[in-house]
Amino acid sequence: MSPDRLIYMANQIGKFFQSQGHDKAVPGIAEHIRKFWDPRMRKAIFTHLDAGGAGLDPNVRDAIATLRNT
Amino acid sequence: MSLIQETDFGTPRSKSAGLVTLTIDGRSVTVPEGTSIMRAAMEAGTQIPKLCATDMVDAFGSCRLCLIEIEGRAGTPASCTSPAMNGLVVHTQTERLKKLRKGVMELYISDHPLDCLTCAANGDCELQDMAGAVGLRDVRYGYEGDNHVFARTNGDINAAWMPKDESNPYFTYDPSKCIVCSRCVRACEQVQGTFALTISGRGFDSRVSPGMSESFLGSECVSCGACVQACPTATLTEKSVIEIGQPEHSMVTTCAYCGVGCAFKAEMRGEEVVRMVPYKDGKANRGHSCVKGRFAWGYTTHKERILKPMMRDDISEPWREVSWDQAFNFAAAKFRGIQQKYGRDAVGGITSSRCTNEETYLVQKLIRAGFGNNNVDTCARVCHSPTGYGLSTTFGTSAGTQDFDSVEHSDVVMVIGANPASAHPVFASRLKKRLRQGARLIVLDPRRTEMVEAPHLKAQHLPLLPGTNVAVLTAMAHVIVTEGLVDEAFVRERCDWSEFEDWAAFVALPNNSPEATAISTGVDPTELRVAARLFATGGNGAIYYGLGVTEHSQGSTTVIAIANLAMATGNIGRPGVGVNPLRGQNNVQGSCDMGSFPHELPGYRHISGDAVRDQFEAVWNVKLNPEPGLRIPNMFDAAIEGSFMGLYVQGEDILQSDPNTKHVVAALSAMECVIVHDLFLNETANYAHVFLPGSTFLEKDGTFTNAERRIQRVRKVMTPRNGMADWEVTIGLARAMGFEMHYDHPSQIMDEIAALTPTFAGVSYAKLDELGSVQWPCNEKAPEGTPVMHIGGFVRGKGKFVVTEYIPTDERTGPRYPLLLTTGRILSQYNVGAQTRRTDNVVWHDEDRLEIHPHDAEQRGVRDGDWVRLASRAGETTLRAQITDRVAPGVVYTTFHHPDTQANVITTEYSDWATNCPEYKVTAVQISPSNGPSDWQKTYEEQARHSRRIAAASEAAE
Ligand code: SF4
Ligand code: SF4
Ligand code: SF4
Ligand code: FES
Repeated sequence: MSPDRLIYMANQIGKFFQSQGHDKAVPGIAEHIRKFWDPRMRKAIFTHLDAGGAGLDPNVRDAIATLRNT
Repeated sequence: MSLIQETDFGTPRSKSAGLVTLTIDGRSVTVPEGTSIMRAAMEAGTQIPKLCATDMVDAFGSCRLCLIEIEGRAGTPASCTSPAMNGLVVHTQTERLKKLRKGVMELYISDHPLDCLTCAANGDCELQDMAGAVGLRDVRYGYEGDNHVFARTNGDINAAWMPKDESNPYFTYDPSKCIVCSRCVRACEQVQGTFALTISGRGFDSRVSPGMSESFLGSECVSCGACVQACPTATLTEKSVIEIGQPEHSMVTTCAYCGVGCAFKAEMRGEEVVRMVPYKDGKANRGHSCVKGRFAWGYTTHKERILKPMMRDDISEPWREVSWDQAFNFAAAKFRGIQQKYGRDAVGGITSSRCTNEETYLVQKLIRAGFGNNNVDTCARVCHSPTGYGLSTTFGTSAGTQDFDSVEHSDVVMVIGANPASAHPVFASRLKKRLRQGARLIVLDPRRTEMVEAPHLKAQHLPLLPGTNVAVLTAMAHVIVTEGLVDEAFVRERCDWSEFEDWAAFVALPNNSPEATAISTGVDPTELRVAARLFATGGNGAIYYGLGVTEHSQGSTTVIAIANLAMATGNIGRPGVGVNPLRGQNNVQGSCDMGSFPHELPGYRHISGDAVRDQFEAVWNVKLNPEPGLRIPNMFDAAIEGSFMGLYVQGEDILQSDPNTKHVVAALSAMECVIVHDLFLNETANYAHVFLPGSTFLEKDGTFTNAERRIQRVRKVMTPRNGMADWEVTIGLARAMGFEMHYDHPSQIMDEIAALTPTFAGVSYAKLDELGSVQWPCNEKAPEGTPVMHIGGFVRGKGKFVVTEYIPTDERTGPRYPLLLTTGRILSQYNVGAQTRRTDNVVWHDEDRLEIHPHDAEQRGVRDGDWVRLASRAGETTLRAQITDRVAPGVVYTTFHHPDTQANVITTEYSDWATNCPEYKVTAVQISPSNGPSDWQKTYEEQARHSRRIAAASEAAE
């Protein structure tokens, strides 16, 4: 799926959790994506992360990285 | 089967707890204090003759037919206005009373036409009944004198006579039959709250008059029908009764329009509906209705309904009518082919919020168990998905906390982003009734809606800019926290205290104050402070909200902010308070409950949970996929990318209702097989390959769940004209795909739902027949259901406060698109209008208009009624302007009931961060004068016309 749209969606999730601080935000974002994104969407964002993850906000990048390694 | 007769007790039920005992006709009767003697007698089984009293409205005491004698008192008081009191000894039938009543009746009849045999109310006329009841045998006065009956008296024009008013499409007003009992006037005031009727003149000259002697259609009347029900004579009569005659049997069923879920008696002759009459025992509507449920059912037999299955290989071809089996096999082969070619996850389906719980359950079962993936979603995605997310995060359940009766105990009501007067009319009437008793109303809406100003109603209006809900609600929380108005005892006992502290610290930050946020929200800080204080300290505070909350990029955040506010002020867990989403469609709540979301099984349990999946696998006898599926917007994206190629859509018009039409068109065109299962060739069907004809709510058995979590029966009153109820169609499609589902009746589907869903464990058709309706959770702990939730504690344990930071939407105004467009609905039309546009309701709304402030209009040289071009980043369309100061400068507003308006060509693909619910309520636009339809509208119209062609059936030659 088009990474632009997925990056936008992931960052949008990240913004909600931002005010909770990095330590709460990262697992919060990861759980949200795990719960609501279908596998092909997760796969596409992982591929994007592997390709450098341009455009992903820091918390979001960390969250996707955690998710990838679980 | 027979006609259901509801008892008319004459006056409303008293809610007093104290009891009084009196003697009526030698029998002892005990009733609540404040009950009228008339009602007390009726409860004891004695019907005192009456004309001007009826139990939907307060007594007026004008007809003098209900006289009684009370021992030890002089005179003959009216029983409808005399309260029952301890120790009274009442006689309802004495020589004196008999004579007086005959005299009263004689006067009425002497000024009433005697055409009973050909009168539409023959057999259903209280005047007739009362003449019989009092034993009237002759009338001594003739019509020679003054009368209201004849157009001419002794050859002269009779000034007292008035012609019939047939302007309303659904009922007539025949003044010559009016007995001026004022029941209609009181119904319009007390039940509906519109105050459209008055009695003009005095004595012999008094007449019922809509507005200032206007026609019904030209007046303020909203055609709810309350006056028609209240009328004891043929003066106000349904046109359908005039045309067909009196019904002979009836069945109780549920309105298929909005989430209020009004119960109706479908009154029938054979298989023909004569009229729909709101049912007094309906716990959502208590005997009231709106124009849609009451009158707008003509679409069910509309000539454009498609009754035969159809298919085609390509959307450029005309449709071919085929047998059910041909259609099922064709569809099944296509879907299986797609799955072989693109993978198991390349197909999916959309359940309908208009269909029954049972039908929705079957569609998601077909997808999860038959297709083998979780690509199921529902139109709730585009309306209330943030409600599910927000309320389950904070409270632990994805639903409203109260029943509608709760509003009778509210002191302060806050309505946010909803216009119940238009979209949830019967709830609006119940709310207005409470407001007339003194409760206060706060309205948060960009537009001055009908809720802000109405007869006998003045709300405090906070006209915020579209897209700033979170900022406004957080500012209210700021006031409540910083001014020490938090209900600390409640929060300490029921909520997580440390989460509360984090939240309180956040909202107290100076940048969240009303003064600091005013610049972005446009709300006067003083007004906001007043509203916040009122909500926190004004007694029972209840919040009702609609799509103006959810359909934003911060929709879920706003729902959370609402929940925070309710918890901080202790307004949860008892009657009169709570958080109440007003659901759009009749069964949005049900379709969510039934597992229509791609990530959760029925009862809101995540698909990744092994224990839950095990349960379903055991009963369905298949292995389930543990991964969440695609949501509607994701399906569209995946279709364009080429990984999602087949879609089964039951009862939704996604092309018209989803945002960014061009994107949807691209997605649908990319798919190899689209199956549309609907009543009409809707817009989506223009891109479909298989059309499965649907059935209406009158043609099937099932249940709907309304906005109060109330599960109510839908009952079949006629044979499906298309030959099959929708649940049978889904079973047929499943069978063709090699997945067998065996049910003989929807009650068996409900039994399966109850067995697999803890909150439904106690639900069965037998219980619904017995109790009328139940509100889930209905199980061992609450065998009769749960009217109010979270009593004594939250479902999730401790209530959870969550920080709600305001993040402005990326949809911003700028030099090219300087105005903000927001969208909404009106009373007479429903959603995309597929049903209501096919009824006489079009007399109230035959096109969508763009509301624009005089200032903005003048700047652009736009006059009232002019065609204007409405353009956004996503596309452009044209429609006619309506100049009004209901909207603020900088804001424009339209409805989207008509497909040719194409309002969703304008809306963008921005969506809620948590649920992808589209941001319908905010689009940056520009407006300019125009000559007529845009190129897009013309091309679209041409494609639609081409795509709707149906080939002459080959067997038509027989
Ligand atoms: S139909 Fe409803 S709004 Fe119209 S006059 Fe009757 S009660 Fe009033
Ligand atoms: S129209 Fe019907 S309800 Fe109204 S005053 Fe006349 S008779 Fe009574
Ligand atoms: S549309 Fe809604 S308010 Fe109107 S009758 Fe139907 S359920 Fe009731
Ligand atoms: S019914 Fe009591 S006065 Fe008319």
